[in-house]
Amino acid sequence: MHSYDYALILAFFVLVLLPAPWLGRFYYKVMEGQRTWLTPVLGPVEKLCYRVAGVDPSSEQSWQKYTLALLAFNLAGFVILFAILLFQQYLPLNPQQLPGQEWTLAFNTAVSFVTNTNWQSYSGEASLSDFSQMAGLTVQNFVSAATGLAVLVALCRGIGRRSAQTLGNFWADMTRATLYGLLPLCLVLALFLVWQGVPQTFAHYVNAVTMQGVDQVIPLGPAASQIAIKQLGTNGGGFFGVNSAHPFENPSAWSNLFELASIILIPVALVFTFGHYVKDLRQSRAIIACMLALFLIGGGTALYAEYQPNPALNSPLVQHTAPLEGKETRFGTTGTVLWAETTTAASNGSVNGMHDSLNPMSGMVALVNMMVGEVIFGGVGAGLYGMLLNVLIAVFLAGLMIGRTPEYLGKKLQAKEVQLLVVTLLVMPVGVLVLAAIASVLPSAVAAVSNPGPHGFSQILYAFTSASANNGSAFGGLSANTPFYNLMLSLGMLLGRFGYILPVLALAGSLAMKKTAPIGQNTFPTHGPLFVALLTVTILLVGGLTFLPTLALGPIAEQLTLGF
Amino acid sequence: MTMPAPVSTLTPTPDAKAPESPKTAFADLWRPALLQAFVKLDPRQLKRSPVMLVVELTAIFTTILCVMPEPAVPTGVAVQIALWLWFTVLFANFAEALAEGRGKARADSLKAGSVGLSARRRTSTGGYEIVPATRLRKGDVVRVEAGEMIPGDGEVIEGIAAVNEAAITGESAPVIRESGGDRSAVTGNTRLVSDWLVVRISANPGESTLDRMIALVEGAKRQKTPNEVALDILLIGLTLIFLIVVVTLQPFAYYAAGSLPMVFLVALLVTLIPTTIGGLLSAIGIAGMDRLVRLNVIAKSGRAVEAAGDVHVLMLDKTGTITFGNRRCTALYASPGVTAKELAEGALLASLADETAEGKSIVEFIRAAQTLPEPPASDFNAVPFTAETRLSGIDFNGRVYRKGAVDSVLAFVGLKRSEVLPALSREIDKIAQSGGTPLLVCAQGRLLGAIHLKDVVKPGIRERFAELRKLGIRTVMVTGDNPLTAAAIAAEAGVDDVLAEATPEKKLARIRHEQNDGRLVAMCGDGANDAPALAQADVGMAMNDGTQAAREAANMVDLDSDPTKLLDVVQIGKELLVTRGALTTFSIANDVAKYFAILPALFASVYPQLGVLNVMHLNSPQSAILSAIVFNALIIVVLIPLALRGVRVQAASAAHLLRRNLLIYGVGGLVVPFIGIKLIDMLLTALHLV
Repeated sequence: MHSYDYALILAFFVLVLLPAPWLGRFYYKVMEGQRTWLTPVLGPVEKLCYRVAGVDPSSEQSWQKYTLALLAFNLAGFVILFAILLFQQYLPLNPQQLPGQEWTLAFNTAVSFVTNTNWQSYSGEASLSDFSQMAGLTVQNFVSAATGLAVLVALCRGIGRRSAQTLGNFWADMTRATLYGLLPLCLVLALFLVWQGVPQTFAHYVNAVTMQGVDQVIPLGPAASQIAIKQLGTNGGGFFGVNSAHPFENPSAWSNLFELASIILIPVALVFTFGHYVKDLRQSRAIIACMLALFLIGGGTALYAEYQPNPALNSPLVQHTAPLEGKETRFGTTGTVLWAETTTAASNGSVNGMHDSLNPMSGMVALVNMMVGEVIFGGVGAGLYGMLLNVLIAVFLAGLMIGRTPEYLGKKLQAKEVQLLVVTLLVMPVGVLVLAAIASVLPSAVAAVSNPGPHGFSQILYAFTSASANNGSAFGGLSANTPFYNLMLSLGMLLGRFGYILPVLALAGSLAMKKTAPIGQNTFPTHGPLFVALLTVTILLVGGLTFLPTLALGPIAEQLTLGF
Repeated sequence: MTMPAPVSTLTPTPDAKAPESPKTAFADLWRPALLQAFVKLDPRQLKRSPVMLVVELTAIFTTILCVMPEPAVPTGVAVQIALWLWFTVLFANFAEALAEGRGKARADSLKAGSVGLSARRRTSTGGYEIVPATRLRKGDVVRVEAGEMIPGDGEVIEGIAAVNEAAITGESAPVIRESGGDRSAVTGNTRLVSDWLVVRISANPGESTLDRMIALVEGAKRQKTPNEVALDILLIGLTLIFLIVVVTLQPFAYYAAGSLPMVFLVALLVTLIPTTIGGLLSAIGIAGMDRLVRLNVIAKSGRAVEAAGDVHVLMLDKTGTITFGNRRCTALYASPGVTAKELAEGALLASLADETAEGKSIVEFIRAAQTLPEPPASDFNAVPFTAETRLSGIDFNGRVYRKGAVDSVLAFVGLKRSEVLPALSREIDKIAQSGGTPLLVCAQGRLLGAIHLKDVVKPGIRERFAELRKLGIRTVMVTGDNPLTAAAIAAEAGVDDVLAEATPEKKLARIRHEQNDGRLVAMCGDGANDAPALAQADVGMAMNDGTQAAREAANMVDLDSDPTKLLDVVQIGKELLVTRGALTTFSIANDVAKYFAILPALFASVYPQLGVLNVMHLNSPQSAILSAIVFNALIIVVLIPLALRGVRVQAASAAHLLRRNLLIYGVGGLVVPFIGIKLIDMLLTALHLV
């Protein structure tokens, strides 16, 4: 690694960790309807939204009503997006006159963007009109992230409130999350990207003749605005097919750094938001420490693995460097690996290199990041509520050992909570293992694999893991635009999204209703190094025990077969 | 928590006192338990512990597979795996049966007395008819004569009698039961030794104290406690996850153009699912209840015992719990000009005829200090305490000896409070301020000095409260005393808080207040006016010699009527939870080593390269899988004693307990199976079993 590699890593951590406490407090104030420095500007817009929608932001909802509102909103978003994608040839802003998507593809894409996954079985520039990109995908990029944030604050309120019947108002939460939480940051990032050279235009694609004399169509479009939210909202769905490896999507070292940092900027900050909700920032620090530990273990492993030369090239005639195949040469190995680690740790899924080309161990790190349920910072809102589920599992497992009914921040974990936790524990095994097992035995599904042996298995495994974890990054190599994969992956995405959201909201409702026991000497300590270690081990153990055999047949077997 | 003196009650001493000592030694229990282990193979019984039901199903499946040999698995190995799967279930059943056996032995010895019991029931016309005790219903009125057994739990509505409750409490001295007041409750299967009683039955058959006792220690009928239910759900969830993991392995292997032997997949499933805790969960619960029963405490449900582990606040009556029931003489202060001997003589004579505990304590105190001549009772004229004089004493040899409260004695000798010599006056004030009660002694109208009566705190109680404090439990002393007196005792006993001048309403309000702040409250009580507070408290323990109202309101009854036992109940509640948590952690941590044993063996035919994961260098794929299965079964046996005894809970903060238990059961759970499986593998190989 060169000095600029270290500089990139350092700059990345400074950019995401430094503003987090401040940004976290900002999100708390925004979501609780308190006054912030943006209120003079956005306050009137917010009020207008409520007036137009006929919403009283101060009228709170029970967890059931909150959930129903969320489901209704998501369903409506899905139907609209599905229709836009199917019928884009009849809609405006389609300079290339692109036809509508095939229905399973449109279904997959609509599910993918509504669930904040952004799995793409299509190439943006080749199949989507500007209207579909803007009014369809970008809108869902915003509201799917806002949905995650809304679920998170509902859970925070559930934990923080005592003997309460309500969790807040879904419509107000969505409005505030979008208006204050996402729009301003996106505006700043989009302008920055435009400055760096990302196109933002309605102009037709440009025809050019290359130096070899070949005709080439250079696609353009309103890219910067969509890229900003796809990074900040942990969506990851690129404007162009190759995502942030495309020079128009990620033109410079600066754009690379800021897009990279944007992936986990909000997820890191939200951990502090939680601390404000429960009035105990020590909890935030413990959770951040655990996430950071997991991030560093994964990142360190991936970096180490990626700098190992392929043993097949072990010859005195070959100069040994880190393999560059599949990597964006402009950003080098470190730039690509750091992005791969970040995008899979957070449920972003944007890429600036091809994960299919990663060495087996680095590919496994990407898989494990997703398999543990996207809790290492994770998606906007989704990452932290997933992490809090792990916290509750750790507290329940070890909490009995202090001789009391397990409690988290004064809330008892009883049969009902454990039941809901178990439901969320089943999401990844069902979404990944069961769906991948079906694909593994269907000849037509196996035919979509581009490599034989364990690497091909990794391709199938990665697709279902990415879908169920709502990550959306692709390993590549798998021809996934078939009715089978489009529908099965949609199933995985829906399972991975609502298989968490529904139990989490029920959990929030149940916790809110409980009394809060006072915190004292006999309280299970959920801060400090011991708990951080316990939480980290719990996450690795639960994920590891579930997926180790499968990983053994994929990346581990590949690693050993290649002779690393 | 290492409890001082009262800890001895944890050992089964009450059994020794019981009329027929139940056989609870391992030597007496293992034979029937072994038989029960086979009886419990019945899936209808096993479905109460879903994890073990899954193991039994896989055992049946593997047994069938034994007759359909696969090329990769020698039949001998398959048969051994099937056998060890059956052993796994049997070991778990054995643990449960063993736990049940101890409680049942005790329950049976109690039950024996009730067989064929009949009752004299009052008819609607006012006459009496003889009916079997089993036909008595709540509200029936029965008459019991001397020498008969009381046919059921109830409340005395007429009469007074001595009752021998040894069958239930193990205490052989008869106790008085009478209608009205605080001694009106009687327990079924106890014998009337004098007079007669008319009793209103308060429990239907199956709901009596004895029935509850039996229900708590019988596996098949036992109601699971809330934490047990929650843990069960988690264990079922983990079992489901591992089922998915194992079932999907075959398609994945199929993708890699391989096939995994069924027997090995089954072995993997059983070693992964939490069989250790799943097999011992029931035994832990039963053993915990049995420990309670051996303490002579009857819980109406396991829920209350668990809640005891969770309590934040203990409300303890001062009298009987923190201090001995009565004030005792602890010092004498002579008035200026009076010798110590004169005072002692005067105080002794003034107290000789006093039958109250306080009076006796004065006599004892003086006798212990010096030997003074005591006239026989026939020589003096006893003057008992009356409401008018509020004094007591004797007239002896024409001399008048009196003692009593300060005001009464001063009035008797015709002095005003201000006329008392300053030295004595100061002592009187000091005694009052220290929370004690000053008495004055006079002889022949001359003030001799003061007696210091005080509440004596039970030995060891202060240390015990300190331990509770370490566990984060606050103690609140409840007393009818004035705040000054109460504060002095409180300081001496080391309680955290005091509820002085307590009334039943104040008690209830205090409990509600604590609960509103999210705290769980435990208390004990005996009087009828304690009933609302007992019902309100999260853990209410009534004294067996208390009123029926209190016994019904409480969720626990202490047969020995010893309020300090509330502390032991808290201890048992905590041990119950810690034991479950520890074994769960251990069970899950074990899986890591099992993966390293089984995965390379399982995939040997598909990807032989995965052999590097065989870090334990187990001999062969067959021996690796068999070793894991054997370890999985044997670890249950090894942990049976721990499950039955319970994990000790020391007096320490939650953070300390967590660190210690995580180290022992978490890290231990990771390391032990690596060693165990390796040893078993070496043994199996040496014996040529694989």
